[in-house]
Amino acid sequence: MEMVQSLNGINANIKEEQGINKQTWRQKMKAYKKQPLSLFLLTLVTTSAIATIGILLFLIGYILLNGVRNLSFDLFAWEYTTENVSMLPALLNTLYMTGLTLLLAVPVGVFSAIYLVEYAKRGNKLVNIVRITTETLQGIPSIVYGLFGYLMFCIGLNWGYTLLAGAITLAIMVLPVIMRTTEEALLAVPDSYREGSFGLGAGRLRTVFRIVLPSAMPGIIAGVILAIGRIVGETAALIFTAGTVATAATGLFDSTRTLAVHMYCLLNEGLYMEQAYATAVVLLFMVLGINALSSYVAKRFIK
Amino acid sequence: MKAKQSERIMHAIFFISACVSVLAVALICFFIFVNGVPAIFEITLSDFLGGTLWKPLEGLFGILPMVVGSVYVTAGGIFFGVPIGILCAIFMARFCPVKLYKILKPAIELLAGVPSIVYGFFGLVVLVPMMRTLFGGSGKGILTASVMLGIMILPTIIGVAESAIRAVPESYYEGALGLGATHERAVFFALLPAAKSGILAGVILGIGRVIGETMAVVMVAGNQPILPNSIFSGVRTLTSNIVLEMGYASGLHKDALIATAVVLFVFILIINLSFSAIKNKERN
Repeated sequence: MEMVQSLNGINANIKEEQGINKQTWRQKMKAYKKQPLSLFLLTLVTTSAIATIGILLFLIGYILLNGVRNLSFDLFAWEYTTENVSMLPALLNTLYMTGLTLLLAVPVGVFSAIYLVEYAKRGNKLVNIVRITTETLQGIPSIVYGLFGYLMFCIGLNWGYTLLAGAITLAIMVLPVIMRTTEEALLAVPDSYREGSFGLGAGRLRTVFRIVLPSAMPGIIAGVILAIGRIVGETAALIFTAGTVATAATGLFDSTRTLAVHMYCLLNEGLYMEQAYATAVVLLFMVLGINALSSYVAKRFIK
Repeated sequence: MKAKQSERIMHAIFFISACVSVLAVALICFFIFVNGVPAIFEITLSDFLGGTLWKPLEGLFGILPMVVGSVYVTAGGIFFGVPIGILCAIFMARFCPVKLYKILKPAIELLAGVPSIVYGFFGLVVLVPMMRTLFGGSGKGILTASVMLGIMILPTIIGVAESAIRAVPESYYEGALGLGATHERAVFFALLPAAKSGILAGVILGIGRVIGETMAVVMVAGNQPILPNSIFSGVRTLTSNIVLEMGYASGLHKDALIATAVVLFVFILIINLSFSAIKNKERN
C-alpha cells in the first residue's frame, strides 16, 4: 500500500517536472496583456475558424432538421405526379446517369493516366499539352459544359435532351478528376515494383496490369468515388443536355431528371417547398456520404 | 509475337485515351466559339459588350449589366470569403490542436462537396429572409449573393492557403521566435508573407469558382438584367443569364446566350492562365 502511494508521489513529481515549460492559462493571459497585437491576431484567427465551423454546422443542421421532418414514404413512390412529386424516379435516373458516366469516363481517365505515367517518355510534348488541357477542363464552369453538350449532342447530332448526351457531357467534366487521382496513385507506386516485374521478364503491358494497377487501385477508387460525388451533385450541366422529364428513363435516348435537377425544378416551380427540403436532405447526405467514403478509402489504403 | 502485338495495340489505346482530353477541350472551344462569335458580330461587339439593355424581344442584346453583375458578385464573394478563409487556414496550419484538426480538416473537406444547388436552396430559405428582415426589400441582391458565394469558396481558399502556409520552411518560424517574436507575430509576419504566392493562387482558384457558379447565384441574386445601383439591388450574372433563358430562346436570342458563354469562357481562360502562371512562378 505504502509502495503504491510513494509510486504515485513519484509520478506526481514527474508530471510537475514535465509541466515546467508549460504556461498556465493565467500566465498566458498575462503575457498577452503585454502583446495586444498578438492577442488580437489570436482572436481573429480563432473567430474565423469558429465562424467557418459554425456555418458548416448550421447549414447541415438546418437542412437535416427541416428535411427529415418533411420526408415521407409518399416521396418515394414509383410514379411522379403533380400531386405527389416523388423523388424515386429522379433517384433512379441519378443512378443510371452515374453508371453511364463512369462507364465512359473511368476507362478513358485511367488509360490516359497510364499513358502519361507509364508510357510517355521524358520531355514528351503531349504530356505537357494534356496537363494544360486537364487544368483547363477543371476550370470550365458547369454551365459552359451544359451549353457545349446541348450544342454538340442535342443540336449538332440531333439527339434532343437525352440521358446519353448528359452522360457524355458529365464524363468530360469528371475526366480531369479521374485522370489526376489516377496519375497520383500511379506515381506513388515505387519504381522497384516495376523493375522487379521487368527483371522477371514481364512486358510493359503485363507490368502495368498485374503489378502497377493493383497497387494503385485504392487511389484510383478514391478518385472514382469523388467523381461520383460530382456527378450526383451536378445541375447546370444537365438541364440543357439531359432535360427535366420526371420519369425514370427506360433507354439511352430518354430525357431524364437527376435528383439535383429535380431539386432545381421544385425550387423553380416554387410550389413544393416541403418536398424541396426533403429532396435537399437526401441529396446532401448522398453527396456527403460519397465524399466521406472517398476520403476514407484514400486514407485507409494508401498509407 | 502475339504478345508484342497486344502490347502495341494497348499502347495505341492508351495514347488515344490521353488525346481524349485534348480533343474535348478543342471540341468545347469549337462549339462554343463557332456558335457564339457570329452572334457577337451580328449584334456588333460594342453593342453586345457595351449595351446596357437586355431586351431580347426588342432585339436589344447588351450584356454589360451581366458583366458588371458577375464582377460585383465575384468581388463581393472574395470580400467575404478570402479574409475568413485565409484566417481559418492560418488557424488550421498553426494554431489548431492535433485532436481538433483531425475533426476540422475532414469537416471542411465535406463543405467543399456540398452541391451548389443545395447551397442555393440554403441561400433561398435562410439568407434571403434574413437579408429581407435586416435591410428590407426583396432580400435578393448583390449582398446576399456575395455572402452565399463567400461561404461557397471557403473550402477552396482554406485548402490551398493551408498547404501554402505549411510549405514554408520551419526555419522561418523558428528564426522569428529566436528574434523574440510571439507565436502570433511569427506566423503573421514571417510565415504569411512567405506563403503569399500560394495564397494568391488559392484566391484566383476561388475567383474561377465564383465566376462560373450558376445554380446558387440564380437562387439568391434577384436576376434583373439591369445595372445595379446599390449592393441591395438584384443582379443577373453571365451564368444565370444563360440558365434562365436558354430553355425557351431561339434564333438570335439563343445565339446571344451562347455569345454570353463565350465571354464567360474568355474570363475563365484568363483566370486559368494567371493561375498556372503563378503556380509556375512559385515552382521556379
